[in-house]
Amino acid sequence: MSGSNSMFLRRCRQQAAFWVFRLAMLAVLGALGGVLLYILIQGAGAISWEFLTEPPRDSMTKGGIFPAILGTIYLTLGAVAVALPLGVAAAIYLSEYAAEGKVLRLVRLGIANLAGVPSVVFGLFGLALFVGYFKLGISLAAGSLTLGVLILPTVIGAAEEALRQVPSTFREASLGLGATRWQTIRKVVLPAALPGILTGSILGLGRAAGETAPIMFTAATFYTLHLPKSPLDEVMALPYHIYVLATAGTHIEQTRHLQYGTVLVLISLVLGLSLVAIIIRSRMRKHKKW
Amino acid sequence: MLKLFQAQAVAKEPLGELVRADGQPQAQKRRTSSERDKIVRRIFVAAGLFSLVIMGLIVLFLFKEGVGLFATVSVSDFLFGQFWYPTYDPADFGILPLILGSVAVTVVSSAIAVPLGVGTALYLGEVAGHRTREILKPVVELLAGLPSVVLGFVGMVVLAPLLQEWWDIPTGLNIFNASLMLALMAIPTIASISEDALHAVPQELVDASLALGATRLETLSRVVVPGALSGIGTAVILGMSRAMGETMVVLMVAGGAAQIPGSIFDSVRPLPATIAAEMGETPFGSEHYHALFAIGIVLFLLTLGFNLVAAWVSNRFHQKGAATL
Repeated sequence: MSGSNSMFLRRCRQQAAFWVFRLAMLAVLGALGGVLLYILIQGAGAISWEFLTEPPRDSMTKGGIFPAILGTIYLTLGAVAVALPLGVAAAIYLSEYAAEGKVLRLVRLGIANLAGVPSVVFGLFGLALFVGYFKLGISLAAGSLTLGVLILPTVIGAAEEALRQVPSTFREASLGLGATRWQTIRKVVLPAALPGILTGSILGLGRAAGETAPIMFTAATFYTLHLPKSPLDEVMALPYHIYVLATAGTHIEQTRHLQYGTVLVLISLVLGLSLVAIIIRSRMRKHKKW
Repeated sequence: MLKLFQAQAVAKEPLGELVRADGQPQAQKRRTSSERDKIVRRIFVAAGLFSLVIMGLIVLFLFKEGVGLFATVSVSDFLFGQFWYPTYDPADFGILPLILGSVAVTVVSSAIAVPLGVGTALYLGEVAGHRTREILKPVVELLAGLPSVVLGFVGMVVLAPLLQEWWDIPTGLNIFNASLMLALMAIPTIASISEDALHAVPQELVDASLALGATRLETLSRVVVPGALSGIGTAVILGMSRAMGETMVVLMVAGGAAQIPGSIFDSVRPLPATIAAEMGETPFGSEHYHALFAIGIVLFLLTLGFNLVAAWVSNRFHQKGAATL
């Protein structure tokens, strides 16, 4: 037994296995990097000042995507405005108030499952509740609320992590000085957790900006003449614009370069936001003051 | 009502008034801090329960809009009917082909994503040096945020024509193409969660194994991976759940034919794609509208099932004892 398992063979087997893992990593990076590079090359030609600042012209075959960019920015900010207060409050409950037990387990299960609900189901939910029941119609408001609910678990997760990283000695010192629980949270814990909470909201922004299915029936329209003036207006949005241009436009081949350009803008926006969040987080981990 | 409450709170204030540093008596302006603390506490508990409320509302509204269908179509005809012709007269609302379409892309994409995702995690966790890992882990997490419409676009515009040409098949928009794109979405999720699980295996166990003369690979396969199995299992199930619920990729790349698939080069119309493609053209409150919500119920329950199993796996198979992860 041990004779056939000589050290040399065992080393060889290890090298072989490690090369398999390395190849898996290379394949993944190669595929995803290839996708990004291809879009960068194809899309760069379409990007111009006009493309970023003008509305579409000549039944979408010329002009820019400014209304879609603006629509996505509004939708995303709206979503974070919904999710941030709720998410941070829920995270404060989880990290500062909740005691271990059945209720907490149920709440955690609820959050985990909310994170796993398919985005198209959020779309149906938004359609039934915000568009139909609350009579907001297909609008910026309905879309922001739907996206807000969708990114809630992301924001809760990041905010809770940030709150938990605040050392308990901070809380004990504040409570020991006679501050109440709420005073401690407001003046000691929250300020210390702020960068982490910020990271969470940026991650939420990035997630909301890239989602298509939840806004398809709640907010997005292929084309409007005017920019959104009120929260009850329909909006154009980058992801939906890509989908429609690529599948349902009347001039699919003619608009190919515009499609690549729009994809490039969306990717830059989403990955840019995530990159900022990741950089903030890694800096925080390195330069922790405590 | 609130004023009354406030007045009571002031009345309960013990002897004398707390005087704040700026000299203003606290109690006359506000509730006592302990009363306020109770109210604040209630607000946060409510916020904590809000996610459960949302889950409840999702279920409520899916059923409210979806059960209308079952007045005219039986549940078994809906689930096991072989024909989805929602706009014919009379219409057919059988979603078996849609369910099988979803199952097909989920299974094929998992077959691609699980080995690559876990392999990536093993490389990051066990082979890569510290510096490489510090760079590559965020890159992988970054790629998890790639919008699905982008991968749908790439599958549709770039990959589909290539597949069609290479293998001389009628259409490049099929199970294989959709699965490949879904795998690209799921891999970063699987890799990131699995790597966290590998990382959480206690160093003492690893050191002990190495000290007994095991190679790094032997330590990996007999100590680290078994210790991280619950986390890796969770990662795989969550990755599958993500593939099953993902909409834009299957909407744009799976081909859209509501047929029971016979090969991986067949076009299919998975559940999320059906909802997304048809909801826009469906009159509010029609039978077809109710049917799409009923599909939403099925999809919701399927992914809920996956997530509950993931939660169960991650609790049930946690290593116990001194080496609790």
